Amino acid sequence: MNIYLNNILFVYYPYVAVAVFLLGSFLRLKHLPYGWRAGSTQIMEKKGLKFFIGSNFFHIGIIVILAGHFVGLLTPHAFYSPFIMARAKEVMAMTVGGIAGIICLIGLLILIQRRMLNPRLIANTSFGDMAILFLLLVQLLLGLATIPVSMHDDASATSMVSLSNWLQHLVIFSSDTGSYIINENWIYKAHVLVGFTIFLVFPFSRLVHIWSVPVGYVTRKGHQIMRKNI
Amino acid sequence: MNIKAQIGMVLNLDKCIGCHTCSVSCKNVWTSREGVEYAWFNNVETKPGIGYPNNWEDQEHYKGGWVLKNGKLKLKAGNKVRLLSNIFVNQNMLSIDDYYEPFTFDYTDLTKAPRSNIQPIAKPRSIITKKPMDKITSSANWEDMLGGEFAKRSKDKNFDGVQKEVYKEFENTFMSYLPRLCEHCLNPACVASCPSGAMYKREEDGVVLVDQEKCRGWRMCVSSCPYKKVYFNWRSGKSEKCIMCYPRLEAGQPTVCSETCVGRIRYLGVILYDADKIASAGSVDNEQDLYKSQLDVFLDPHDEEVQAQALKAGISQTWIDAAMASPVYKMAVEWKIALPLHPEYRTLPMVWYIPPLSPLQKSVEKGELPNDGLNGLLPKIEDMQIPLKYLANLLSAGDTEVIAGVLGKIATMRQYMREKTIFGRRNKEILDKAGLTTVEVEEMYRYLALAHYDDRFVIPTKYVDAVNDAFGERTDNGLDFNCSISDETFGGSGGMCGGATPKRKNLFGGN
Repeated sequence: MNIYLNNILFVYYPYVAVAVFLLGSFLRLKHLPYGWRAGSTQIMEKKGLKFFIGSNFFHIGIIVILAGHFVGLLTPHAFYSPFIMARAKEVMAMTVGGIAGIICLIGLLILIQRRMLNPRLIANTSFGDMAILFLLLVQLLLGLATIPVSMHDDASATSMVSLSNWLQHLVIFSSDTGSYIINENWIYKAHVLVGFTIFLVFPFSRLVHIWSVPVGYVTRKGHQIMRKNI
Repeated sequence: MNIKAQIGMVLNLDKCIGCHTCSVSCKNVWTSREGVEYAWFNNVETKPGIGYPNNWEDQEHYKGGWVLKNGKLKLKAGNKVRLLSNIFVNQNMLSIDDYYEPFTFDYTDLTKAPRSNIQPIAKPRSIITKKPMDKITSSANWEDMLGGEFAKRSKDKNFDGVQKEVYKEFENTFMSYLPRLCEHCLNPACVASCPSGAMYKREEDGVVLVDQEKCRGWRMCVSSCPYKKVYFNWRSGKSEKCIMCYPRLEAGQPTVCSETCVGRIRYLGVILYDADKIASAGSVDNEQDLYKSQLDVFLDPHDEEVQAQALKAGISQTWIDAAMASPVYKMAVEWKIALPLHPEYRTLPMVWYIPPLSPLQKSVEKGELPNDGLNGLLPKIEDMQIPLKYLANLLSAGDTEVIAGVLGKIATMRQYMREKTIFGRRNKEILDKAGLTTVEVEEMYRYLALAHYDDRFVIPTKYVDAVNDAFGERTDNGLDFNCSISDETFGGSGGMCGGATPKRKNLFGGN
């Protein structure tokens, strides 16, 4: 791939995407807070195992995957090398990611299927809802497709190391970021591109509810909240 | 002492005629919008029946309200971690089918129908899917006037401990209306279960609201409210609930449901309460003590010490005056004729009910039933058509003595007033038996039977004196809220540009 295109896709595009992601989220929360919600459609469901499995599998799977990417890609090589070999880490990532990916895929397919079959949901599904589901499906399939490719990685896990180098250099605004990814397999690159596209559309979609994970609830003091309105 | 004020409500079930005017006027004002067609902030149920939403009183099913665990209050839905584990799929969540699929009718069927021997009908259409429906199978008042078969209606949880088969017989049938709205509880389970912290209780008047800008639609409140009075707006993805018509309350007007009540059964008034006592009042061991423990949370507005403390806590004199004239305080605390709905849910509800009398007067006249020995007009309290146990399950956690006490007072009032009006005699003897005085009973009659508008609604306006300190506005340029002219330039237009600018953006609670 030529360097020019490589830089546009894997250096500038990520910056633009993340900038839109952060600024867009902030502006939406500040100016349009009414539309900021998880977008649950559980009320339209009949009680049963299908939605229970679908939603839980999807969410739990994707949380494991996200956490794995975050820790796995952003931890510098020097930090983990005394404890674990790069190749062993890659194998671990493939195993955990693979299992979580399959769980997430099962959930996602159930969620897509119910959106397409339940008449109440068909009537109340926006283009955005459906687009996000398919974007996630494509990204998930691409992610799972990287596993067979990674299996052929060499003993020092060159692919994984250079991909995490690429991301870490992106984070610290290096001048040679593009060079770490340029020679990687197209499947990784496709996965990265769709990934940053998800960041790009994030503030315009229902995905914003990820920012609102109510962890503060666990430590909230007392039961009740009172507010003075005057 | 941590004094707060609450606007509470009392509903006199003895006079409810089940006309649904409250529900309809509320619906027209607040929930005639997409996403909440199925939601009734106020609905009227015919009891016995499973109600709306289906079986809402079955807390084993929906896990609403509080339970006592090792002497401490816990949400029935579980602790905070357990609750959060339900966040992807709330296993206690209600489905739209537990309410009903909202519907309208396709009236073009009527105008376009070809000439025929039978009358055309307007087919129902689902408001959610916009498609024709085969059949409407339930609605917010599906059991109106005991509609439906006994087998289904008798699943009513209030039949616990009642030999219900007896009431299947036509001769033994009984019914009573139960208008329901948000209880604006002192210890609301919905607020406690909200992961986002979007729900809150207003300090100044106790109204429980959902901040629409902070709600993220995790829908824990929907299942945690034991009265099922928080609704999920399927269009906006947020929860909504009865707002006690607070824009009206703030202006000193009664809620829409109260204002329009044809039977004049609703009363609104201020109750002063001690917020520090809530936790202990809600966690008494015996469920039947919850009614009394909640009474202990209320403060006597005539007590000078309470008045002084209230003023110190920022409650204005207008509110203290209103608390002294409060019909709710009179009925709940002074006369003890109003009772909380399902106190066993431990939320300390603030919409109370006067239980209905149901005397079989004809049977007394014919001598088939013994009279209560007062003046031969009414049967004994335990011979009322509605079983005491049933009312007790509804209003006093199963304590029939409390119900008998209340019904006794109302029955005495009726008999006393009948003698007074017809025979012109004040029968003090029967009053003594019920522990009432002439003054009390005549005031009770005025409030319950005549129910003048000014007696029913004693609503102080918002703390005007606190909000509008007009001094800062003395050189302000009239109705200009834009504040384009800075304070500094023109010296002291302070008021309008700072705190007094209307902050509220959203009627449902956003600031």
